[in-house]
Amino acid sequence: MRDAGWGRELTGTLVVAACAVGVLPMLVSTYTLTVLIIYGMLGLSLGLVWGFGGILCFGQAAFFGLGAYTYAIAAINFGESTVPMLLAVAVPAGFAAVLGAMLFYGRLTDVYLGVITLVVTLILHRFMNATAGSEYVIGNARLGGFNGIPGFQTLNVPGDPSAYVWGESFYYFSAVCLLLAYLLVSAVLRSSFGRIAVGIRENETRAALMGYDVPARKTVMFAAGAAIAGLAGALFANWAEIVTPRLFSLSQSADIIIWCIVGGLGTRIGPVLGAAGLSYLKFLLGQQDLLHNSVVSGAILVLFVLFLPGGIAPVLANAWRLVTRRRPRSRYRRPRGPRSSLASGDA
Amino acid sequence: MPETVLETQGLTMQFGGVLAVAQVDFRMDARELRCLIGPNGAGKSTFFKCITGLLPPTEGQIFMRGQETTRWPSHHVASLGVGTKTQVPSVMDGLSVFENIWLAARRFLPPRAATRKADETITRLALGPVARSSPGRLAHGERQHVELGMVMAGDPWLVLLDEPAAGMTGGDVERLTEIVEEFARTAAVVVVEHDMQFIRSIARTVTVFHRGAVLLEGHVDAVLADPAVRSVYLGQAA
Amino acid sequence: MDLVLVIVVEVLYAIGALVLISAGLAVIFGMMRVINLAHGEFMMLGGYATITAVDLGVNVFLAMLVLAPAVVGVLGLAVERLVIRHLYGRLIDTMLATWGLSLLFIGIVTMLFGNTTTGISTPIPGFALGDYQVNGYNFFIVLVAAVLLLLMLAVLRSTRSGLIARGTMQHSHMAASLGYNPDRIYMLTFACGSALSGLAGAVLAPLVGLVPTSGGAYIAKAFITVIAGGPALIAGLASSAGVFGLINQIFSFAVSPVVGEVALLVAAVILLRLLPRGITDRLFRESL
Repeated sequence: MRDAGWGRELTGTLVVAACAVGVLPMLVSTYTLTVLIIYGMLGLSLGLVWGFGGILCFGQAAFFGLGAYTYAIAAINFGESTVPMLLAVAVPAGFAAVLGAMLFYGRLTDVYLGVITLVVTLILHRFMNATAGSEYVIGNARLGGFNGIPGFQTLNVPGDPSAYVWGESFYYFSAVCLLLAYLLVSAVLRSSFGRIAVGIRENETRAALMGYDVPARKTVMFAAGAAIAGLAGALFANWAEIVTPRLFSLSQSADIIIWCIVGGLGTRIGPVLGAAGLSYLKFLLGQQDLLHNSVVSGAILVLFVLFLPGGIAPVLANAWRLVTRRRPRSRYRRPRGPRSSLASGDA
Repeated sequence: MPETVLETQGLTMQFGGVLAVAQVDFRMDARELRCLIGPNGAGKSTFFKCITGLLPPTEGQIFMRGQETTRWPSHHVASLGVGTKTQVPSVMDGLSVFENIWLAARRFLPPRAATRKADETITRLALGPVARSSPGRLAHGERQHVELGMVMAGDPWLVLLDEPAAGMTGGDVERLTEIVEEFARTAAVVVVEHDMQFIRSIARTVTVFHRGAVLLEGHVDAVLADPAVRSVYLGQAA
Repeated sequence: MDLVLVIVVEVLYAIGALVLISAGLAVIFGMMRVINLAHGEFMMLGGYATITAVDLGVNVFLAMLVLAPAVVGVLGLAVERLVIRHLYGRLIDTMLATWGLSLLFIGIVTMLFGNTTTGISTPIPGFALGDYQVNGYNFFIVLVAAVLLLLMLAVLRSTRSGLIARGTMQHSHMAASLGYNPDRIYMLTFACGSALSGLAGAVLAPLVGLVPTSGGAYIAKAFITVIAGGPALIAGLASSAGVFGLINQIFSFAVSPVVGEVALLVAAVILLRLLPRGITDRLFRESL
């Protein structure tokens, strides 16, 4: 609603992103970085839906997997990648819109929402695992059950199916996608739609009494998150060059939730960093046998919920503020007066 | 003859075997200030929730400015220009006071106009010093004012206030009286209230609820002097 | 005729299994409003406890019916003291923390037992019914489920501790003012719920190949059964297990077991959309 900071933030984001994209390949291989970027985008999608929309979705993996499968199936059928990329965004968004409308217009609360999204993810997981038979075919694509779908057309320059985008260029492509998604999310959150979404997260009844159509807005938010998750899924399919039912698994859903919690709900950058950081940690842990991956992620989740439920991003932001800004912090604070003591007396 | 802005016909709300509101016929005119009183459990709040769309009535009809709004969802009712303050203060704690009021104004205005409107409302309610803080940090009375600001920012022609004076201190109640009077200049106002002091200070016409039905309706002095009303309240006290 | 009998047995078995899977959760979620996403792992641990005990030479029924519930009950006690107790009233945080616990248990069991399938043979032989082979162990499952339901009913309705527990869940302040320590009652209720999960995991262990991630297969079923059941603990459990067990088996016979599973989940989503507060919100309201 106040646009003064937008230009500065935009420049800042672009500079930081350009530096990160340029510097990181010197430390980590671009192949690994690409998947970290993809997971970052997936974290961003749930960060938007949960952190700002207040919609507790335990099944974000469903949209990720749906995006990946849509891309793979469409790529086999079309033999090029442009339409499949678009479909991979549209299909999860459409699916989420239908599912969301069903849930939000039914006025289901948090817990039921969590359980139903979890169940839907499980249904897809079960179903995809059971499609090994040759009768499960969409166009030319066999769903392949547990083994998934390999060997589809990967990303190409639009209009030229033989000009593949891979390796380094795919890394840069993914980075630009993430940056665009991030900026889009930022712009949406600055818009009236974003402000109202946060208002709905804070108090649904109040938002409705103001005259806002809560179910419709939540449905749109849910679909937007699914669209970003779908894009991440399509990129993942290109990176892995195979899609398997594991994309729909419970542990995948759990990972996304953990990224958001650890990074910091209600922040934009938190879930992205949480996703990239924890996935890298997992990658490092995967190279040793002493500690099982689940032990680490489980322990992290429990400890964060108990001791740092706000996540890391707010802590970092505060530290940053302390370092950079020495101005008196009371600028936006109410001076302490007799009223505040009354308030504490009330509590 | 003034326009009828709110009317109910045979409004009934049943919870399982309990009849919370029974066949209530109610009407009020534009710019009228009406108080609903009655002992606890008389059905005032349930009646109120049926009108705002927070509860779907079991039977009967609701009309607003001649349009039937029975069982409309609350956002639909609010979009007509109906401002509601709920019994338990309902504000958005994660946002600032300014943002709370801005969101209410934004529903009916484009962004820039909404900002102007919000600033104006904040000045009118003297919320300036706390505009940037979260309503969660405010005292109860101030939270009530924030919610009233959210109602005000929508420029409603029908204002529904459920126990606005609850938990307010003396000075706050005085300010509240002024705000309610101000609402009544441009809108029809329904106030559900327990606080008799407050009722006396604002009320002209009073509707008394008892056991889900309208017991009596009339001028405040006549109603409060009525033996039946007295016995309902004394019975309650005993 | 034989086929009909076989189908009846299979349906009863499916219902019994659902009752067993959900009982522990029904106590923990239904009474304490704690969403225990580690429920499946509690069951998985019950299974591993049984297998380990049998390998050490313990009688299989003793291991299933006594040892496994005891082990998991004690574990539940520890979990409640260390984690859950700090999160009462914070529904979503409890869900997240218990999801973390579930991952933790999966990881630990994988490190201890390896990521391979283990199992024990069913202790009751099957028999032929006409042309069909019936698994005798199915009857045992049905029996255990029925006894469990009756036992829960009796405890909650007629015993002092059952009454105290129910009272505490409804008005913890009131119970506290009557001299019962709600903290202790929550702790014991959680432990009982955990023990029930352990029992279920143990009893079902001979029927499934156990892997550290087995819990995932139970969790969704348990949740939808409990949530679809609604406010009445036991009537809800019995009725929703009945509905879902029936649907599962009908589709399993008509199409395939996988479709049966999917049908169960789809039915749950539809049912929750239609009756968001569960079956017993409308029917059997007054029962327990």
